[in-house]
Amino acid sequence: MKILVAVKRVVDHNVRIRVRPDGSGVETNGVRMSMNPFCKHAVEAAVQLAEAGQAEEIVVVSIGPKPATDVILTALAMGAHRGILVETDAELETLAIAKLLAKIVAEENPGLVLLGKQAVDDDSNHVGQMLAALTGRPQATFASEIKVTGTGLEVTREVDSGRQTLSLPLPAVVTADLRLNTPRNAALPQVMKARSKPLVTRSAADFGVDLAPRLTVEKISPPLERMAGKTVGSVAELAAFIAGDVSQMEAL
Amino acid sequence: MAVLILADHDLGTLSPSAPRIVHAVAELGPVDVLVLGEGIGQVAEAAATIAGVAKVLVGQGAGFAAPVADASAALLETLAERYHYVVMSAGASGRELMPRLAARLDLMPVTDVVAILGPNRFERPIYAGNALQTVTSNQPKHILTLRASAFRAAASGNAAPIEPIDVSGISSAAKVIASHRTQSDTPDLATAQIVVGGGIAVGSAEGFQLIESLAKKLGAAIGATRAAVDAGYAPNDWQVGQTGKIIAPDLYIAIGISGALQHLAGIQGAKKIIAINSDAEAPLVKLADIALIGDLFEIIPQLISELDKTGLKR
Ligand SMILES: Cc1cc2nc3c(=O)[nH]c(=O)nc-3n(C[C@H](O)[C@H](O)[C@H](O)COP(=O)(O)OP(=O)(O)OC[C@H]3O[C@@H](n4cnc5c(N)ncnc54)[C@H](O)[C@@H]3O)c2cc1C
Ligand SMILES: Nc1ncnc2c1ncn2[C@@H]1O[C@H](COP(=O)(O)O)[C@@H](O)[C@H]1O
Repeated sequence: MKILVAVKRVVDHNVRIRVRPDGSGVETNGVRMSMNPFCKHAVEAAVQLAEAGQAEEIVVVSIGPKPATDVILTALAMGAHRGILVETDAELETLAIAKLLAKIVAEENPGLVLLGKQAVDDDSNHVGQMLAALTGRPQATFASEIKVTGTGLEVTREVDSGRQTLSLPLPAVVTADLRLNTPRNAALPQVMKARSKPLVTRSAADFGVDLAPRLTVEKISPPLERMAGKTVGSVAELAAFIAGDVSQMEAL
Repeated sequence: MAVLILADHDLGTLSPSAPRIVHAVAELGPVDVLVLGEGIGQVAEAAATIAGVAKVLVGQGAGFAAPVADASAALLETLAERYHYVVMSAGASGRELMPRLAARLDLMPVTDVVAILGPNRFERPIYAGNALQTVTSNQPKHILTLRASAFRAAASGNAAPIEPIDVSGISSAAKVIASHRTQSDTPDLATAQIVVGGGIAVGSAEGFQLIESLAKKLGAAIGATRAAVDAGYAPNDWQVGQTGKIIAPDLYIAIGISGALQHLAGIQGAKKIIAINSDAEAPLVKLADIALIGDLFEIIPQLISELDKTGLKR
């Protein structure tokens, strides 16, 4: 089986972001960028399937500006075999991303497409589901376990009431949740080796996809600040506060 | 500008998010509610009582006993023709379904909406809630998910007509083969009035029983951090945060929780926050309305007995 993994370059999840005072967006200049954490779990899942002899080739694709090459290299160092950068300097909407990925799926014809469940910058949680719709494939989102069962997959998903296991035929689209696995940190020799793996760059404009945004972002604003409160000195004081608060609630 | 809401339900009960979603979209146009499943007569009746609902559509069939995204999206695609808005709560089902539906209709969805500013203007958080995005959409239709916790519930007392719809002929390639549900009689986390949350400091699944007894005492729902869930102290559906559930209770009591960015993403809507932590410098202590510094294993049992003394009943 061939696996395609989609990875996104985002502001590192440990960075406390700053909203630009003019409301035009979030400051990304000079900010540390890295692979979206959920995508790391997707790459790790692919590599583990390959190690278990259930996949022969792992292709990684990222859509973004030239520096997105870095997250492809990270995936190659983790064990993916070849990379595709779909280059664009525009901030594309998830629908356009899904359409570009659908073109790559048509070319590569992978048995399984793995994505992260959400990108931690836009927090959309769209692309896997959209790609599944555009390619007419079944989907299993928010995966915490993936088993290959001959002709199909058994995927355990995290849902509102607990967990649910789906059986689905291949080809399919699966999005990774954080409990799927523990992504490896590639050792230096792998990082060096990644640089010699095949990596092609193609322009997003060459796919014949309408990339124009459908939504207008009017502004980006900071959330309301919370005021620091006070520290109480005893459990009794805390209990009195809670009891008071709760009785007011009931009066509502 | 008609609105169709696909309502969540579980174990034959309509989700408490439903009246909130109805209330949120009531000004956009006449609201129909769709319920999909098997043996969901009571769910439909509950939906019909929500003020502002024009009509309840019921799709019952074996194929929807445990609905799977591809089938539900295919059905919604046929219904969407008659509506300007198709809306779900931003729970796990809405998140997996609405983007799939939107792509089939060649639309860009607007998800996790926390404020509806006009017929085509919406506000949604990005970057784990550290920024808010205001968007306008000039598309012919709007596919939305709303964070139920951000909206007030509609009143009840309505008796909207209930109409069956034909769902035969819609099937799904994926099948649900097992469900592992969390047994708990505590309130729904996403809409609870009080939530008691425990972090990794609780130390074990047994330790979490301490959190549960305090929650019981207060009639509260139970939340957990990702660290506590990863460690196996709490089930995954209790996780609160960027990747878990978004809560907006009147009172959130955070116990042994540091207050990482990704956890704070889930609690920004809380009216009051109490932090119990051994570290006075923990980020959550810094933004709590009330903090008590100390060891949770000493504090919680004392707190329960102090609350007993106040005669508090819920
Ligand atoms: C992509 C991504 C998504 C994430 N999504 C989520 C999410 O949705 N939800 C989430 O919660 N996390 C999420 N996380 C994880 C998050 O970054 C933190 O690691 C996590 O929230 C920390 O959990 P914690 O507060 O239980 O543990 P810690 O940060 O270790 O804090 C433990 C706290 O307990 C206190 N403590 C220790 N002993 C005691 C005691 N005896 N009595 C009282 N207090 C004590 C300590 O002072 C400390 O403040 C995510 C991370 C990533 C990378
Ligand atoms: N620009 C991109 N390039 C490659 N993959 C992407 C891109 N944007 C989103 N994805 C994939 O889609 C997942 C979900 O992203 P989103 O729907 O934006 O939250 C990510 O975890 C990636 O796997």
